[in-house]
Amino acid sequence: MPPAPLLRFEDETLSWDGMAVLEQVTLALSRGERLVLLGRSGSGKSTLLNAIRLRLEAARPAPRLALVPQDPGLVPQLSVFHNVWMGRLDDHSAARGLRVLLRPSRIERDRAAPAIARVGLTGLERRRVASLSGGQKQRTALARALLRGGEVLIADEPVSAVDPRQSGDLLAALADRFDTMVLALHDPARALALGTRIIGVAAGRIAIDRPASALSLADLHALYEG
Amino acid sequence: MAARPRRLRASRVLAGFGLATLVALILADLELAHPDPWLTLRRIGAGLAAPDFGDPGALAYAAALTVAFAICGVFAGAVSGFVLSFGYAWGPVRGLCIAVRSVHELFWALLLLGITGLGPLTGVLAIALPYAGIFAKVFAEYLAEADPAAARALPRRTPPLSRLLWSRLPLALPELGAYTLYRLECGLRSSAVLGFVGLPTLGYLLETDFRQAHYGAAAASLAVYLALILPIRHWMRLRLAPLWLGASVWLLARHPAPPMGDGALLRFLSDAVPAPIRAGDWAGLGPWLGRMLGEQALPGIVATLILSQVALALAAAIAVTGFPLIVTRVTGRAGALAGHLVLVLARSVPDYMLAFLILQVTGPSMLPAILALGLHNGAIIAHLMGRQGDAMTARLRPDAPRGLRLAAWELMPRLSGNFFALCLYRWEIIVRDSAILGLLGIATLGFYVDAAVQELRTDRAVLLLVVSALLTLGIDGLSGWIRGRMRITAPGMRKAEPEAVEAA
Repeated sequence: MPPAPLLRFEDETLSWDGMAVLEQVTLALSRGERLVLLGRSGSGKSTLLNAIRLRLEAARPAPRLALVPQDPGLVPQLSVFHNVWMGRLDDHSAARGLRVLLRPSRIERDRAAPAIARVGLTGLERRRVASLSGGQKQRTALARALLRGGEVLIADEPVSAVDPRQSGDLLAALADRFDTMVLALHDPARALALGTRIIGVAAGRIAIDRPASALSLADLHALYEG
Repeated sequence: MAARPRRLRASRVLAGFGLATLVALILADLELAHPDPWLTLRRIGAGLAAPDFGDPGALAYAAALTVAFAICGVFAGAVSGFVLSFGYAWGPVRGLCIAVRSVHELFWALLLLGITGLGPLTGVLAIALPYAGIFAKVFAEYLAEADPAAARALPRRTPPLSRLLWSRLPLALPELGAYTLYRLECGLRSSAVLGFVGLPTLGYLLETDFRQAHYGAAAASLAVYLALILPIRHWMRLRLAPLWLGASVWLLARHPAPPMGDGALLRFLSDAVPAPIRAGDWAGLGPWLGRMLGEQALPGIVATLILSQVALALAAAIAVTGFPLIVTRVTGRAGALAGHLVLVLARSVPDYMLAFLILQVTGPSMLPAILALGLHNGAIIAHLMGRQGDAMTARLRPDAPRGLRLAAWELMPRLSGNFFALCLYRWEIIVRDSAILGLLGIATLGFYVDAAVQELRTDRAVLLLVVSALLTLGIDGLSGWIRGRMRITAPGMRKAEPEAVEAA
């Protein structure tokens, strides 16, 4: 018998701000899956991601989640190190949090260093996020998720602002770190390369839900037509 | 769903305020009481033309104390306000903040004179107490308005304190700093004015020299005050704050404090209990209250409202005619510079000081108070509108008119919403300051407060202060109601620039 799925939607209507965005949603997520959501902007990918996050948070026991929201939610006045460390703020008391905020120790800096190195920001740890480029800010948000770790990653367009040549490497970093992932992407080729399952959203419904190996680029392009 | 009430039209509001102003004008005492205003004016003019810096040591010490009171008072207010801001959502804390800030600095100083005496502590507390209430409100708003995305991106079980320290606080910190700097400017004005109740700041020198008709010496203290406040943005920097604070604390610690004896606070508190209760005569409380309210509070309120209504109308008129002065496309580069100079002078001199100066010429009536309040508040509104108007001209069609036609046809219609919002915001401040100007001998609420303090009748003073605070709160509520019905929200009124806070 296969393990119980992490979450399940059965013919549900998902709404955003009181408006139904997706109808008749039936979906399950199992451990080890890499779910990639595709669809035009405004099709409801973020609504679906949000519903998945809420469902996972409500589960008992709740799996440890790492988030890369579309608005990365960085604090521009703080340094790269501090923004990355925020991924682990719930692992420590508020008092320790305050001490790290004021004066991080060598050990704490070292602990964040691999995640920062993996996204290519080594040397910028002490820079204020406000002074970074858009791509560097997104890398900071990715490093925050990498440092946090956990059972499931939920990411909304996590590499939309970085150079396309490096986005594959950054997605690979996420795939190495997280067993189970749910991502919204806008690039069908990347989706096929990374995902184990593709969810295509169009016209207020889930139009595609199939293993990535059973899909071709042409199938996916249909999502963006009409 | 309940139907939304109809939008209140601007013409209605204008008509209502116009009518109120007419009534107020009929009732107002606008007499030129002075026997020969022109003679005094000529003498003051001669003094202003030839300031007498005969006692530079006293001037320098008064200037240093003015700055020290402002810095220590604002700093203490900011720190307590910062702490209070975390509890601001909680009713009792908010109530406390509203109560302390609805009493003007000068009234606080008058009350504190009986507890802490004519020493440094009185000056610092008189500024710190009302400012703490203001800081708590504004800081709480800044923290609440900080970008929520950062807090949302934090792990869900992050401790609340970490949530605040890592996301909301750093996001809001630059604004808290800018606001504190702006408040230091207000604190300097407050500190100078505290001299009028006897604290050794520049206002004290100004008042004593004026009363003795030493106009040259008075002009010198005015000049020193302006030399401090006009370039304040250049010498008051957040980076230098620890240095200024250290020097201020050192200076005030060296300044002699009067011996108040033990139990001054307890004595004050027991004196604040209404006299009939102290005497155990509970039946006498009703008549006492009736007498106080009927003979002092009511006439005080009426005079305060009459005075503030005419002053508000004058401020509005000055704002509408004054804002084009600083729009380059209206008055030209040189004209705008001159306009800035006029407006900055009018808003840098506190209305209380301005009223005192005008009073020396006109003699005691409502006239000096109306002129001072109208000029000071009108200049502030004109400044804010002018800056918005100036920024607007860049986006106008290329063939838009210039000069007065631009101001009348293009700018004023676009700024009218802001004009109403600013005037309605200032209304509350004008009423509060009208009450205060009673200390100069005009029969508004402050006049009765001052009399009660002079007679050491603390209970009466406290009752009248409560009445005055309630009046201010009532006007604040009415102004908010009108703004809501007119559906004007002045966007970024507080946030866009520190000076706009003045309006909020």
